[in-house]
Amino acid sequence: MIIETLLRTAPDWAVEHAVMLVTVIPLLAAPVVAIMTSGRLAWVSTIAVTTANFLCALIVLGLVQSTPEGVISYPIGNWLPPVGIEFRADALNAMILLIVAAMGLLASVFAWPSVSAEIQAEKLPLFFSAFLLCFTGLAGVTVTGDAFNLFVFLEISSLGTYVLVAAGAGRERRALPAAFNYLIMGTIGASFYIIGIGFIYAATGTLNLADIAAQVPGLQRDRAVLVGFAFIIAGLGLKAAMWPLHQWLPNAYSYSPSFVTMFLAATATKVAIYALVRFLFTVFQSDFSFERVELSRLLAAVGVAAMLLCSFQAIFQADVRRMLAYSSVAQVGYMILGVSLATTAGLAAGLLHLFNHALMKGALFMALAGACLTYKSAQVRDLAGLGRSAPWTMTAFAIGGLSLIGVPLTAGFMSKLQLGYALFEAGWIWAVALMVFSSFLAVFYVGRVLQAVFFQPPPDPRAIRKEAPLLILVPLWALALANLYFGVNADFPLGLSQDAARAVSLPEALLP
Amino acid sequence: MSGDTLIQLALGLPLLVAAGIAAAGKFPNVREAVTITGAVALFAVVVQLTGLVADGQRPYFLLGEAAPGLAFAFRLEPVGALFAFVASGLWIVNSFYSIGYMRGNRERNQTRFYICFAIALCGAMGVAMAANLFTLFVFYEVLTLSTYPLVAHKGDAAAQRGARIYLLTLLGTSIGLFLMAIIWTWMLAGQRLDFVDGGLLAAANVSPDAAGWLLLLFVFGIGKAALMPFHFWLPNAMVAPTPVSALLHAVAVVKAGVFAIMKVAIYIFGADLLNATAAREVVMDIACFTIIAASLIALTQDNLKARLAYSTVAQLAYVTLGAMLADKAGFLGGSLQIAAHAVAKITLFMCAGAIYVATGLTNVSDMRGLGQRMPIVFVAFLIASLSIIGVPPFAGDWVKYELMQGATDRGNVWVPFVLIASSLLNVAYLLPVAILGLMPLPGTKPPKEFKRPGGAPALTVAAPAFTALLCLLLFLFIAPVGDFLAPALATTDTIVQEMSEP
Repeated sequence: MIIETLLRTAPDWAVEHAVMLVTVIPLLAAPVVAIMTSGRLAWVSTIAVTTANFLCALIVLGLVQSTPEGVISYPIGNWLPPVGIEFRADALNAMILLIVAAMGLLASVFAWPSVSAEIQAEKLPLFFSAFLLCFTGLAGVTVTGDAFNLFVFLEISSLGTYVLVAAGAGRERRALPAAFNYLIMGTIGASFYIIGIGFIYAATGTLNLADIAAQVPGLQRDRAVLVGFAFIIAGLGLKAAMWPLHQWLPNAYSYSPSFVTMFLAATATKVAIYALVRFLFTVFQSDFSFERVELSRLLAAVGVAAMLLCSFQAIFQADVRRMLAYSSVAQVGYMILGVSLATTAGLAAGLLHLFNHALMKGALFMALAGACLTYKSAQVRDLAGLGRSAPWTMTAFAIGGLSLIGVPLTAGFMSKLQLGYALFEAGWIWAVALMVFSSFLAVFYVGRVLQAVFFQPPPDPRAIRKEAPLLILVPLWALALANLYFGVNADFPLGLSQDAARAVSLPEALLP
Repeated sequence: MSGDTLIQLALGLPLLVAAGIAAAGKFPNVREAVTITGAVALFAVVVQLTGLVADGQRPYFLLGEAAPGLAFAFRLEPVGALFAFVASGLWIVNSFYSIGYMRGNRERNQTRFYICFAIALCGAMGVAMAANLFTLFVFYEVLTLSTYPLVAHKGDAAAQRGARIYLLTLLGTSIGLFLMAIIWTWMLAGQRLDFVDGGLLAAANVSPDAAGWLLLLFVFGIGKAALMPFHFWLPNAMVAPTPVSALLHAVAVVKAGVFAIMKVAIYIFGADLLNATAAREVVMDIACFTIIAASLIALTQDNLKARLAYSTVAQLAYVTLGAMLADKAGFLGGSLQIAAHAVAKITLFMCAGAIYVATGLTNVSDMRGLGQRMPIVFVAFLIASLSIIGVPPFAGDWVKYELMQGATDRGNVWVPFVLIASSLLNVAYLLPVAILGLMPLPGTKPPKEFKRPGGAPALTVAAPAFTALLCLLLFLFIAPVGDFLAPALATTDTIVQEMSEP
């Protein structure tokens, strides 16, 4: 309804170029913001850019939903594919683009109080510029239809991320080695990806995703394609923090500025998982990915290992940020498990969990950022008693936490239920039992924090702990209420994820 | 007022009460008045709903669909109406009692206490009126989460530990087993979860083995029914103040558990399918074991609340036993036990609380002779004990009668012996408390002076006296209750006929 209104009222040039604008606007804004002198102006410009992006993402979604084929193709510079680079949006990337844009907008609104407390004032314009570059990269990965272009945008977003993570050095010196570690691992991942693309290019002669997809069925026996596939999956898996390639994530999330953690947790791994799904289902298609290569068992094992092992690790963390980081890896495991089913229901469940996880982790990290403004440390014992002094912040945190556990009436319950159905339908009863068990583990690590926050007295009664400022509370409660709303009325995300799952499985998605 | 409006009121009133309590938090008398008014209003609504159900109507209300096939829907049928009636009626009594107890004991955080109570009642109403397993599960979890702060009320280390065990056990069983059972039912029933007369799975071609495993998942997944070995959360929850124990044991929590087992047995499985599975007998055996074992453990407990907790574990197994007997008398006995045990147990707990407020005593061995100074409390305790033991003219007698009837109809001759043994054990662990309190043996040390000047607050004495009277009234008016429940159990009549023919 909102989308239709937007499509009608938006100017024609916006509608025509929306797919392109989601990358161009932040890309052009980044250098402009970098040379600004005032941090506040940089922040306001960032909000303007992310708002424009969010509107463009809504337009893209509206267009995809209204066209009969469900695909919009945008050749850049009017060079037609496969010679030129095209931006291609179908139900899958429209959904991911919406998540990235919405999270980017909410993150930039809450950025000011958190970022200005943690980063020096003169570095703020550069910081926001790096953020915009990262945002460009993520949006670009989501909408591009060209394999090399995907690499370019992936690297743009990664470079922006390394800078953002390293910016945490002001608060926590360990951010620097964490950023360096992330840089090395991320570059390895991207290098694997580009090596894979190299093999694919050698075998097929094209870099356009749709074109590669058309050629793959004829090349199933080709060694080069097989090796390329392996490299691509490994590279993207590393970026998606798929177990056991997740080692960079806990440190990167724990030591970076709170704003960065929130944004990354809600977007970076999602985009990488999108790329993984795109390659598995659209480019290489289920026949190759799941029957020739039999990736189903491997991905399922990886997903289950992530769910169980990282949930256990989360229980033993004293730092709440680190605990949520391990929890994120576990949640990625759920998504990979859904993907490994290779059925429409499984993929839809995985994508629904992706959507809900962005909401959950976004709320949790935002609440944490608000709570730790005055009190820099995020250890569990430092959060004790905050329920009384910062009730609004901590209630939103509790809602996010309950959603993470999967309590009914929250979004997390819906996605776990859908995943349970999909697994049951496929006959993977053991996977249902393990999924349920790891949800139970979540009770422990979330419950520990909630118990400290609401039932324990503060460690230092004389310290003044205030509520988070309104700039943080408003986007925070928007996310918390979204968690509750989509737990009670899941039609919108469910519809999006099911459309997306159907779109990638159908061969029509490849038609130009 | 139409059925669906009444259902909405029944769900909305407790939430309004919670909001009102939060608003009036600074003014204790206004706050208490909000609770009482709300409870009375809720009871009035439930009485009207019960009237509609007695006429043969089944009020229905669809709140909305959370996702395709997962609807928040409410449909009131006799067993649910009985549970809602008991819960809302006892909320009034418990509220008066809470006022007396919380003020008499000068407890802190009273506003949080009353708010959580109101939300818990909303959860109980939701469970009572749920039209499908999804709605039941949602409100079941609401009940767990809203009672957690109540169990942890005192805030000290023991309370937190007890509350943690409470939460982990209930969430563990519900997420781990109950949810799996629901997903499996969804698969088997063709993407449906509704409660259907005669059983949702009856038409679904379920193999007896699969149905057996499903039954086990349900029975152990519904942790609130405290079937062994998932019963230990109940004694651990005794760290809560007595009004909370009364809520847990009588008004809402455990009743929601056994009620859920009843609903699953009658409306998801149906008597036919239950009879076809081997697991039915297994669960019956576990229920009988629970009855005896829990009663034996109760004998060893000196702490009165712990003794009553184990007694509850045993008494709840009666309902599970009735559900597993899978015939009309069994279902009837189990459903009646929901009401009978509620009134008796709430009396016992309220008496224990009154004793604690007045004297600070918690152990049975210290209470000898106390009855001479608190006669009303101990007489109420005696009456409730007799009801649990199953002596006429108190309500528990009918329950035992129906269960024995149901068992012998089916040819399970040893179940009546289990019930008789249970009665004897009840005598052993309940009667001495009241009798030795009222008529101590010569040579007993006289009990301590009252800790609280003036003894127990008036409300904490009046409330158990009232519910003890209810035990008697329930016995006398059992026939209308049986008639009320009959339509729900009608489908099982034919099976009993077939079984009793040689």
